[in-house]
Amino acid sequence: MLIIGEKLSIMAKTVREAMMNKDKGPIQDIATTQQKAGAGMIDANIGPAEDGGESLMEWMVSTIQEVVHLPVCLDTTNYNAVEAGLKIHNNEWGRPMINSTSNDPERFPMLELAAKYNAKIIGLTVGKGGLPADAEERTAIAAEIMGRAMEYGVPLENLYLDPLVLQIATSQDHALKVIKAIKMFQELNDPAMKTVVGLSNVSNGCPKQLRPILNNYFFSLLMYEGLTAVIADPHEITTTVKTINVILGKTLYAHSYLEM
Amino acid sequence: MAFTPSKETYTGKVNSVTIGIDESTVTFGGEHVLPFHTFEGVVPHRPVIAYEIQDVPPDDWPENVQKPFETVSHDPVTWAKFCQDVLKAKIIALRLKGTHPDSKNRLPEDAAKTVKEVLSAINVPVIILGSNHTEKDASVLVAAAEAAKNKNCIIGKAQEANYKTIAAAAMANNHKLIAMSELDVNLCKQLNILITQLGFDREKLIIDPMCSALGYGLEYTYSVMERIRFAALMQNDLSMQAPMVGDIGLYVWKVKETQASETDIPQWGSIEERGITWEAVTAIALLFAGAELLIMRHPRAVDAVEKVIDEFVEG
Repeated sequence: MLIIGEKLSIMAKTVREAMMNKDKGPIQDIATTQQKAGAGMIDANIGPAEDGGESLMEWMVSTIQEVVHLPVCLDTTNYNAVEAGLKIHNNEWGRPMINSTSNDPERFPMLELAAKYNAKIIGLTVGKGGLPADAEERTAIAAEIMGRAMEYGVPLENLYLDPLVLQIATSQDHALKVIKAIKMFQELNDPAMKTVVGLSNVSNGCPKQLRPILNNYFFSLLMYEGLTAVIADPHEITTTVKTINVILGKTLYAHSYLEM
Repeated sequence: MAFTPSKETYTGKVNSVTIGIDESTVTFGGEHVLPFHTFEGVVPHRPVIAYEIQDVPPDDWPENVQKPFETVSHDPVTWAKFCQDVLKAKIIALRLKGTHPDSKNRLPEDAAKTVKEVLSAINVPVIILGSNHTEKDASVLVAAAEAAKNKNCIIGKAQEANYKTIAAAAMANNHKLIAMSELDVNLCKQLNILITQLGFDREKLIIDPMCSALGYGLEYTYSVMERIRFAALMQNDLSMQAPMVGDIGLYVWKVKETQASETDIPQWGSIEERGITWEAVTAIALLFAGAELLIMRHPRAVDAVEKVIDEFVEG
């Protein structure tokens, strides 16, 4: 399970302030603790970043990679900012990921960048027409994104399909549809397509004490269906990753398995 | 069209372990593939056989395996030199059998003295084994590890009941360590984790999943070894990547087939051939299961196994 650490988001006040002041300390602290907790990649969410997006993404990538030897997930809708991040990214620690393309024509150019820089890319299964109704519609969109990826020259093993997790508090029926989509996405290709979710959205808007519970139980069902990667807080989910890997027979059991 | 065998790709590898000092070191392990799968990847070292000797005369060994050593086994130093110089042993495994309370109940300091004497008489690397009495081994192996300080030996065996003291002694005196669990892959992993949590370097560990002789549970040892190796190579399980040892002689030379006389069971044929074959076959089976280090007794069984290794490594 590839854990993409989600904590470096412009939505968080301390991170936003650090970004604005170009204060490396808080960014590097968060990146380091996420790596220690099991992250295999660090998400750098700079928002739409219409002004100065390029220099901000450059600064984020180099600030993160100064202290952690991990690839970065470039999370913004700003094409130029993504390209700036890809240019400066140190591929020695793994290839970067673009977050994201979708079935919206405005997001197609991200595939161009993925092809040019041999980057991984998340394909969010939404189009311009609004949210997908069910697993079948998500899968149909996924197939369109796959076709387009091939046109742009992005190998399918670099594409991570994202069924778009919705809030359980407002769209309860979509939880099961997302789980089903993860299963269906994999069947679109042989070898199976890779999949990813933004996990914490499931509990968005729920009381604070419920959020880790919802996130972890939902996540274990997704793991059972074969999820490849997750954008999440590694501290919150590593116990689930280790335990489900034991239950699924991917890791050999020992009494101290959680300490490994 | 020419036949191309399908190839497995492995994510993990077995640690390579080097023992001994100066010009006389021996390295085993280090492979990236299942046993003898040289067509799939790197097998840098061949499996290696250690000759077993004891601190006390081998009165409890069957006559046919005492015989090759009858002029030397009265004294561990003479015995060790004979194995090194005449039999060309690559490694000597000194079992401190006499320290067992049911044997001579020798004291840890006496055992330490034997270890020192043997080490100063030979150049090849040494494996120092206790008597498999968990309480006594805790004191004997600590004294033995100190006596062999910085000689880069293998100390064994650390078990669930005594691993803390033995692992600490091996660590303090720069030795490798055998971790033994009893035919259970999960307990094997647990013991490895506990030992490394003490600060012991996992790359200095050797796994003994517990041996057994042909006809007496060999399939259990085989299956546990196989599962350990799958975890190491296919699941890249860092706690399971130590090379494995088969303590063959100890288990083989006490079963009925190596002891029953020709008068008692004439249809079983020559007792001498039978014993040698039993030891060789047990050893070969465990090589196929993944053992990189074997501890054996009869020189003719050792020769037979070396020939098999030659064929499979160089084939």
